[in-house]
Amino acid sequence: MNRTKPITGELLALKNQIEQYARDYGLDFYPQIFEVCDYDTINILAAQGGFPNRYPHWKFGMDYDQLSKGYAYGLQKIYEMVINTNPCYAYLLQANNWVDQKIVMAHVYGHNDFFKNNAWFSNTNRNMMDVMANHGTKIRRYMERFGADAVEAFIDKVLSLENLLDINELFETSALKRSRKELVEQEKVESEDDGYLIDDRSAALKSFMRTKARSSKKDEKKEEAQEHIVAERTQVSTKDILGYLIQHAPIEEWQADIIGILREEAYYFLPQRMTKIMNEGWASYWHSTIMTQKALDASEIVDFADKHAGVMHMSKQNINPYKVGIELMRDIEYRWNRGMFGKDYNECTNMKDKLSWDTKLGKGKEKIFEVRKSHNDISFIDEFLTPDFCERQQLFTYKYNPRSGRFEIDSKDFKAIKQKLLSQLTNFGQPIIEVEDGNYMNRKELLLNHVHYGVDLDVGFANETLRNLFAIWRRPVNLKTKYEEKEVVFHFDGKEFKPQA
Amino acid sequence: MDHPIKRDHARFRKIVKGRIRENLRKYVSHGSQIIPKGTDKFTVPMPTIDIPRFKFGDKSQGGMGQGQGQPGDPVDGQQDPNGQPGQGETGEGEGNKELEVELSLEELARILGEELELPNIEPKGKKSLKSVVDRYTNIGTTGPDSLRHLRRTYKQALKRQIATDSYDPDNPAVIPVRRDFRYRSSDTKVEMQNAAVVIYMMDVSGSMGDEQKEIVRTESFWINLWLKSQYKDIKIRYIIHDATAKEVDEHTFFRTRESGGTLISSAYNLCKEIIDKDYNPNEWNIYPFHFSDGDNWSADDTKLCLDLLDNHIFPASNVFCYGQVESRYGSGQFYKDLTAKYGGNSDKLTLSKIKNKEGILDSIKEFLSKGK
Repeated sequence: MNRTKPITGELLALKNQIEQYARDYGLDFYPQIFEVCDYDTINILAAQGGFPNRYPHWKFGMDYDQLSKGYAYGLQKIYEMVINTNPCYAYLLQANNWVDQKIVMAHVYGHNDFFKNNAWFSNTNRNMMDVMANHGTKIRRYMERFGADAVEAFIDKVLSLENLLDINELFETSALKRSRKELVEQEKVESEDDGYLIDDRSAALKSFMRTKARSSKKDEKKEEAQEHIVAERTQVSTKDILGYLIQHAPIEEWQADIIGILREEAYYFLPQRMTKIMNEGWASYWHSTIMTQKALDASEIVDFADKHAGVMHMSKQNINPYKVGIELMRDIEYRWNRGMFGKDYNECTNMKDKLSWDTKLGKGKEKIFEVRKSHNDISFIDEFLTPDFCERQQLFTYKYNPRSGRFEIDSKDFKAIKQKLLSQLTNFGQPIIEVEDGNYMNRKELLLNHVHYGVDLDVGFANETLRNLFAIWRRPVNLKTKYEEKEVVFHFDGKEFKPQA
Repeated sequence: MDHPIKRDHARFRKIVKGRIRENLRKYVSHGSQIIPKGTDKFTVPMPTIDIPRFKFGDKSQGGMGQGQGQPGDPVDGQQDPNGQPGQGETGEGEGNKELEVELSLEELARILGEELELPNIEPKGKKSLKSVVDRYTNIGTTGPDSLRHLRRTYKQALKRQIATDSYDPDNPAVIPVRRDFRYRSSDTKVEMQNAAVVIYMMDVSGSMGDEQKEIVRTESFWINLWLKSQYKDIKIRYIIHDATAKEVDEHTFFRTRESGGTLISSAYNLCKEIIDKDYNPNEWNIYPFHFSDGDNWSADDTKLCLDLLDNHIFPASNVFCYGQVESRYGSGQFYKDLTAKYGGNSDKLTLSKIKNKEGILDSIKEFLSKGK
């Protein structure tokens, strides 16, 4: 089933050329592999998050359904997919014309450099291609054993909680790393004792099995180490709901494994969700730079401008991460080239001087490389968004006006815009939900807390999510939140929902 | 062998088919905006299955945009409900576009009919309403240029040329002259048709809140849709009432704020007057719908209501539908009164209790499943 094939001939030559340009500009990337495929394949890949092999689930079929219909009706077209792996794989649409391929390649090198260098990606597993394929095999095996419907139904329930992640999980403290290492070594010794050798069980499952074993086996030292990790974990991250469930919910082994698999995949995608603006901005900055300064042929300039403008289009409903990202990158470069920052500049009251400020600092390039290394979308916006920029980019916030029944522009004020943008990006745009108590009311009920920053949850969805959570926790589940300015605890006991004031 | 995703796809479609009902159910219950476009086009989202998640309520959230405009200007269209970037999609040009397919009103009504297993309505007073229609089915020798029938004109010219032997096969030019011209012309036809009128009455007294009205609004939309698919020409009248009743236009009907006490008889009186004045029961299929939370002012008034129903409204209408929306304040007494008097659903009366938004579809089914 070779749906993709490596590039050859002219495309390969083009790749080498673009790669050289990228290297000359100082981009630092993983080995890059391009493959070409037809639109159906690229739709499949996109539906599966970029990976050729995933576990069987209807949601991939649903995404595929939408993408293929979208393509068939001419609503959208995917030019390229790039995956955060080492070597970095990228897929090109066969039907792209020559200029498209050039843009796409240049763009991909930007992403590749970002994947390799941005701090939030530092702990991602670059071998995800294999990991995903293994996950697929395992889940298929579970389906054979326990029935496809049962496994799929369980996956549905877990997917319901897939967005409840803790970004701190992306980083491991050195203490945690150490104790984990010890545990692994200890386990190695132990497994030889037990007579079973290294197997293909996921880390999550092993940890699950350890917790189970803990209650039956009296192993002082191991327990201590284990306790240590668990204690640190629950302290550090009560937001890691899936992790918490693996440890504490009364579930079967295979179920724990499935939660572990989905959790691992969710965390793999998390850095990409946290750096959408930066990542796209960075890649767009580089495709634009490489194309306009090096790779473009004079005859291609109009086609390029057309394509580029399409990618950069502004919308009144959403901000386009490509557009805001590239503009902010350029703005930073400009400001650091001219020294337009710091005490002197900020305190300058003469608008004319301020406008033509130029200390000939020339640190623009250096600065943006540094930015791409250490920031995520939130810190990026927080640190570099300026009132000038908002005005130039015509940014605004909008909100629902219940009287007219439509969304209306609310404010063009810098503070409001920044706040809105940051609140949208906080916790990668998801509500912050944390485990507050696993033994609520001393009845083994689960209590979740929604950290409310002014936006209510969708109650219908919240109830249905609780229903799914109940199926895993098997005891009543509670969600503490605010609704219409009032503190409320939603309670689900398996039969009915009861809001408790 | 095909890619495994085809199996996922097939499975998805199966779920949707098995659940097309489920999906439509949710869809109705959320009262999603279905906006008539042009004459009778509607846009509905493509089938998707939303995995429930903790997420923010859409409307309070608002968003960010880019472009020209001043505070207060509308942001075109609706907010993209999937505003967040998709997972792992670092691809270029991957707009997060909501796909919409256009369904005509007929299609939507057919889906609704299938979904609810609604019987086609058997109209009374068959073909009793005469209407005069002009149809352009004839050809005449006079008329405006815009209606000139070119083919017939040239045919006529050719006939004339052949008849007068001025046709030259070597140079087959056909040139019509004045008397060859033919025009489309109209025939007047008398068509018989079924006519129907729906009279919606809504209680807007203090106890009917926004949620209750939302339910009424959604339900009337779907009922309208079904009846429209059954009758070619349908009239809709709206009555709102608290202690007094008045006829209003559609806009007001759905937007009036609540206030005041409740005298249901006021609405029934007005309904009776409308029927008496405009709709002869022998010619019209009449469907009065009344939505209330069942809280009437007094037992005396209820008696008056039952009187009106018995003597005027029942004899005139195909079926009288009473939908009781559950509200925090309403006692629901009126439903009990109706049940006590008529012993639940009868030929002339359909009762339905609508507990919440999810109950809308069941209620529509209760109302319309008799096929009257």
